Amino acid sequence: MLEYVIIGNSAAAVGAIEGIRQRDNTGSITVISEEPYYAYSRPLISYLLAGTADDKKMAYRDVGFYEDNGVSLLLGVKAVSIDTTSKEVILSNGKAVTYDKLLIATGGKPFVPPMKGGDKKGIYTFIKRDDAERLKAVAKPGTKAVVIGGGLIGLKAAEGLVKCGVDVTVVELADRILSTILDEQAAAMVQEVLEGHNINVILNDTVTEVVGDNTVSGVILKNGQSIECDMVITAIGVRPNTDVAANTDISINRGIKVDDHMRANVEDIYAAGDVAEAYDIVYEDQRVTPIWPNAYMQGEVAGRNMAGDDVVFDSGFARNSISFFGLPMITAGIIKPVGNEYEVTSIVQPDKKVYKKAVFKSNRLVGFIRLTDIDRAGILTGLIKEKIDVSPFKDKLLDEDFGFVYMPKSYRKEKLLGVKRK
Amino acid sequence: MRQLPALCHFLPYTCSQVTNPSIDPLREPMELKTYLGRKPDKLEFDENGRLVTKLTPQLVLNVPIMFSAMSFGSISLNACESLARAATQLGIYYNTGEGGLHSSLYRYGKNTIAQVASGRFGVHADYLNAAAALEIKIGQGAKPGIGGHLPGEKVRAEVSATRMIPEGSDAISPAPHHDIYSIEDLRQLIYALKEATNYAKPVIVKIAAVHNVAAIASGIARAGADIIAIDGFRGGTGAAPLRIRDNVGIPIEMAIAAVDTRLKEEGIRHQVSVVAAGSMRNSADIIKAIALGADAVYIATSALIAIGCHMCQKCNTGKCNWGIATQDPQLVKRLNPNIGARRLVNLITAWEHEIKEMLGGMGINSIESLRGNREMLRGVGLTQKEMDILGIKAAGE
Amino acid sequence: MKRVYALEEYCVGCRLCEINCTVAHSESKDIIWAFKVEEPRPLPGILVEEVKPISFGLQCRHCDDAECIKSCITGAMHRDERGAVVCNADKCVGCWTCIMACPYGTIKRNEDKGNVVSKCDLCPDLPQPACVSNCPNEALIYVDRG
Repeated sequence: MLEYVIIGNSAAAVGAIEGIRQRDNTGSITVISEEPYYAYSRPLISYLLAGTADDKKMAYRDVGFYEDNGVSLLLGVKAVSIDTTSKEVILSNGKAVTYDKLLIATGGKPFVPPMKGGDKKGIYTFIKRDDAERLKAVAKPGTKAVVIGGGLIGLKAAEGLVKCGVDVTVVELADRILSTILDEQAAAMVQEVLEGHNINVILNDTVTEVVGDNTVSGVILKNGQSIECDMVITAIGVRPNTDVAANTDISINRGIKVDDHMRANVEDIYAAGDVAEAYDIVYEDQRVTPIWPNAYMQGEVAGRNMAGDDVVFDSGFARNSISFFGLPMITAGIIKPVGNEYEVTSIVQPDKKVYKKAVFKSNRLVGFIRLTDIDRAGILTGLIKEKIDVSPFKDKLLDEDFGFVYMPKSYRKEKLLGVKRK
Repeated sequence: MRQLPALCHFLPYTCSQVTNPSIDPLREPMELKTYLGRKPDKLEFDENGRLVTKLTPQLVLNVPIMFSAMSFGSISLNACESLARAATQLGIYYNTGEGGLHSSLYRYGKNTIAQVASGRFGVHADYLNAAAALEIKIGQGAKPGIGGHLPGEKVRAEVSATRMIPEGSDAISPAPHHDIYSIEDLRQLIYALKEATNYAKPVIVKIAAVHNVAAIASGIARAGADIIAIDGFRGGTGAAPLRIRDNVGIPIEMAIAAVDTRLKEEGIRHQVSVVAAGSMRNSADIIKAIALGADAVYIATSALIAIGCHMCQKCNTGKCNWGIATQDPQLVKRLNPNIGARRLVNLITAWEHEIKEMLGGMGINSIESLRGNREMLRGVGLTQKEMDILGIKAAGE
Repeated sequence: MKRVYALEEYCVGCRLCEINCTVAHSESKDIIWAFKVEEPRPLPGILVEEVKPISFGLQCRHCDDAECIKSCITGAMHRDERGAVVCNADKCVGCWTCIMACPYGTIKRNEDKGNVVSKCDLCPDLPQPACVSNCPNEALIYVDRG
């Protein structure tokens, strides 16, 4: 009977539990998590802040999930290090847990930039449930907040805060918001919506100093401008939380390097989720892709392989579905290509806030942006994932009625009727 | 002439009362199985009682009904497939017409009759060998003496590939076979086809019912055909020229009776089976045709009506609303062969039940006992000459 | 498991599948009531793709390896005891990650119902899905192809 140990308790961990149990119903599974909660939906913390999600919605799995899967939980305990020779995980309480197969699914940790006055009270991050609870306690109507970073986390925090009645300013170093998932055109359209909801967006700038006595009372920007505020939310980015693997033989680049089976370089150790650096099929390179679906899928692959299966993770690439104030957007892969080998088509309908863009590389779709008109966007995601030659229907790809009807009959039959191509 | 009532309306069939009991087909077995093909002159057995006579190939029908020739091109592939599937399920045969056999229909080959007509469209060794029987079409009841014409717009990719003609070109079947000007020429083609298929398949010769049909049938039998199909006046098609459809040919009842009588007189009736075609509108028509001497019948219009034809008579336009006589993909889709085949099976099954009822009423429990049994029919309102040709007595006699 | 498959060779694009899906998921189960009275009217879980002469119905494939379930950030999308992929409307927040993930594009936004997704549920209360029962040309079949 194998002893599986999982460090972390979010999407990748749940994926791993479900993956292990697909093959092995007897092995013991131990989950170690610093956070004292059952797995909850991280992306929902902005809903929690805005008051549109309750405990029931936050729960990622049913109450009986751990019991049903025979998982013993060590919550509120931090795994501090790993002894790879004796196969033990050392806990913050001094105890050790032995493992036969170990999964590191510690996720990411917020990157807080060094800045003057960065130790004052009233500076928050926005990654975990506790962060949202803390912020919710101070986000009263009439207060002012500065969000450093106009990425997914920053803007989601901003949206949540605005819904609490907070006056929000977002400071972004790049020339546009959401620079990882949108191009200039889309970013401008989204920014317009944010500004329409009274979010003040400052681009090409950053906070150099947080001012105030003990508590935050304002920030000073690089351009010298100072902004009064009651709280600062740092949302520059997230880095893989590789602490537990430090000082071990486990190979770390940005994240823990894993092969296509989610195995780290040390035997019986796997990594999945935001902490792992896995193969990205669009960039054709090892990358950390901190998104929820990847985390679950990597976790599942890791879990199945830990339990003796032989499956590969071959669907790693960035993709996001998010909306701000009812403006939905879905983007995936390379959205702002650099180089001659790419081909780009796009459709803009400013009055409807519709923007659609597709990026091709040698007749394969490698990325897209869909703003407002997101229906059936998953077909495009599928085309990226399956590396389909899109040349027969390239010109139809962004059409409103685009679907399988435009695709070659043999492909359609295979997909829709389960008929294998000869 | 077309407005005249059908001859079979004047031919009541008899039934058993008191002195000979009728049979209840729900309680007693009824045999409708029919073998079509040349029967041996005599049977010889060895000392152990085993048959030594070599039997000629036969078509075996569970019901003495077959689907007549309708080509892929004139009707849609879905219509062809409906017929093919129904024939397979029913244990009968359908006829390809002069359209070749679409690659997707080869799997129904065991229930397929492959036609060879004057245009020779789609005829090749695989086609001949895929089928259960071969049919040389000399004439057709709806338009005796003239050829066929499939408009170019119906000749789309699939039809073109199946018929082996260029896409979009008109498919013209000549009026005569340009290599057949005598019974001897016909014999050559019959044996060419037998040779091509290793003498494993019966050969049918199909002619329209015309004035000297009996003499022609005799010649065909002597030319080596295994089955003669006689297509009568009133045969249906939406695409026949009106004046020809309405004025050429003779009623099938007369033709069958004349042929049956002639072949019997010449002592060669057993050498060929006779199939009646043209205006077989219901099971009573079939009973009467068989009583007059047919072995089985061909139906086409009634089959198409079963799968949805509304007789709008616009087959030639290629815009058939029901997905039957069209090649427009948007229209062809309207006919799902699963549904078409099911309806055809319903039709033939219903007729099978009716035929059994009628046989039972006559006190007969096998279709064999009805074949050429003209005692079962009487004539009403017919001239003595007509009744003589039909070989029947007047009602009351 | 049994799934609905569309036979494009026989689909005439009449969209009765969409109509009957809506009726089957309405309160009244009555076509007139469902379309004239009920608010909000349920969205059909099937959609018809059509570029003449090709047309076919398409709905959730209930994938064995369902991307939508794996991607769902809240755990709302799940597999029920029949093996059908269904969405728990109580948990769904309308993040549309499933729309991003579904390679068939068969999940719809149901904004009427407060930002939850709408999709084929294989008609749990009927002997076979309403779209299949009501397809006039039998272009939708409900069979087990593994």
